[in-house]
Amino acid sequence: MPTVSPLPATRMLHLQKAYAQAKADRRRKSLLGLFLLLGLVMLSAWMTEINAYKFFTNIGNFTSYIDRLFNLDNDARVYTNPMEWFWGWKIWLTQMAETLLMAYMGTVLGALGAMPMCFLASKNITAQRWIVFSARRFLEIARTVPELVFALIFIIAFSLGPLPGVLALAIHTMGSLGKLFSEVVENIEMKPVEGVLSTGGNWLDKVRFAALPQVLSNFVSYTLLRFEVNVRSAAVLGFVGAGGIGQTLLEAIRKFYYADVSAILLLIIATVMLIDQLTQRMRARILHGDTGK
Amino acid sequence: MSRIEHFKSRYPQQFGAPLAVRLKLFAILLLGLLTFCFGLYHIDISPLRIFRGLNKLGEILVLMLPPDPGWHGPFRQYMVAMAETVAIAFLGTLISALLAFPVGFLAARNTTVNRLVLFVARRSCDTLRSVDMLIWALIWINVVGLGPFAGVMAIICADIGSFGKLYSEAIETADRKAVDGVASTGGNRLHQIRFGILPQVLPVMLSQVLYFFESNTRSATIIGIIGAGGIGLIISEQIRMLEFQPLAFVILLVLSTVMLIDLLSTKLRNALIGPKAH
Repeated sequence: MPTVSPLPATRMLHLQKAYAQAKADRRRKSLLGLFLLLGLVMLSAWMTEINAYKFFTNIGNFTSYIDRLFNLDNDARVYTNPMEWFWGWKIWLTQMAETLLMAYMGTVLGALGAMPMCFLASKNITAQRWIVFSARRFLEIARTVPELVFALIFIIAFSLGPLPGVLALAIHTMGSLGKLFSEVVENIEMKPVEGVLSTGGNWLDKVRFAALPQVLSNFVSYTLLRFEVNVRSAAVLGFVGAGGIGQTLLEAIRKFYYADVSAILLLIIATVMLIDQLTQRMRARILHGDTGK
Repeated sequence: MSRIEHFKSRYPQQFGAPLAVRLKLFAILLLGLLTFCFGLYHIDISPLRIFRGLNKLGEILVLMLPPDPGWHGPFRQYMVAMAETVAIAFLGTLISALLAFPVGFLAARNTTVNRLVLFVARRSCDTLRSVDMLIWALIWINVVGLGPFAGVMAIICADIGSFGKLYSEAIETADRKAVDGVASTGGNRLHQIRFGILPQVLPVMLSQVLYFFESNTRSATIIGIIGAGGIGLIISEQIRMLEFQPLAFVILLVLSTVMLIDLLSTKLRNALIGPKAH
């Protein structure tokens, strides 16, 4: 008793042909994409002056550079004399603390700026289209122009020091947090908003009583995440003279003080990892256990 | 009124957090505020200084108008530098995405070889990520000299860490059922990864790579400031020489390029993996 009835030969042939056709199409498309990618790679390699020969003759430089990072001036390994290696720990820790402070100030100011902006940039809270549009473009510019460019411009206006660095961090933070916040706000439950509207509430009432209670924990979580990013950024703002440990690191790298470079880098890495762990723990508590238990 | 009192005594949690929680919250806020005030003092933010600075910033903004593309001379140079920046970001993203591919599998709990490898892979990713791209650029400038090549290497070094971490997270959240299915038909570990996990994570990885291309274009702009190729060098020179009109044009050029890449990568993502997966 046959359970499968074979297709008529003509129909089968037709299907097979269609299958082969579809497969060939797909293969042609992937090949085309691959060639396109390869062409772009060649073009970029040519533009960026990548030279395999130069790379392989110089790769020894990189490994020996990394090797030299762990040598003291008298060619002993750094770990044989930790006191000499971290000779400047008092200065460096102070500068690291300043870097953290800059990141903190920048994050707080940026988050404070992002709060009103995000509600203005959310379609469901702000009815006027032109306000939403301009708020969004403003945030876009604030986060697309790199921090370092802001810092360079602010240095002219506010003179050297941590202040331009903090302001640059704040503007950039406002741009990126504003976008993230407004995404959260656009996904809120709309019923409380309607409730506030039905009692005759204005824009501020809508924000305060309908939106804010729903989004606050997300806001705090994103802000903590941003703090982590800002610590990293603050560490390099000193490269252009905007305060923090970056200035010292730049000098050490440019003047080939190898042991200092590795010591400061280790300090930065350790601090960043510590902050990572701390904020991660805090975020987990805020997002999953904010009932206070 | 008395009914409210009644309910308050019966369900105190509904009318506000317990005192201990409130105190804790208050303490945290106070600590934050104190740190902020200390920061204001330490960084020397006085109203006068802010006012003067803002005044000057306003002057600079006025000086920026109208943006001057320098049609006769430097326009070509700006365009070439912008293209170089995009090329740096493109190559850096592509190469680091490829190199991070095996690292991601080693750094994921469900596909790694053993605990030691897992630990080493994760810590290496963390270390690579903790060093900022600008620092990598400075180091590579010492190795291969000034120029865009150092920029590409810097992006590769910094992004292997980020990609490794993101990939491994994607792999760890992949559904186990497909792997079990492959195992039940007698597939070995490599088969399980290839046919059970890879199809699930590839779209996620691809979407992350596209997102990083955009953000790397931004980063490639700034690594030029310290001499690693691209348009950053032009920006920093213009700021130092106080040439604000061309500066405004170059910043607008960067903005529009990044937006264009954002648009393109969204289109590409939708075409390759559908609009749903992000």
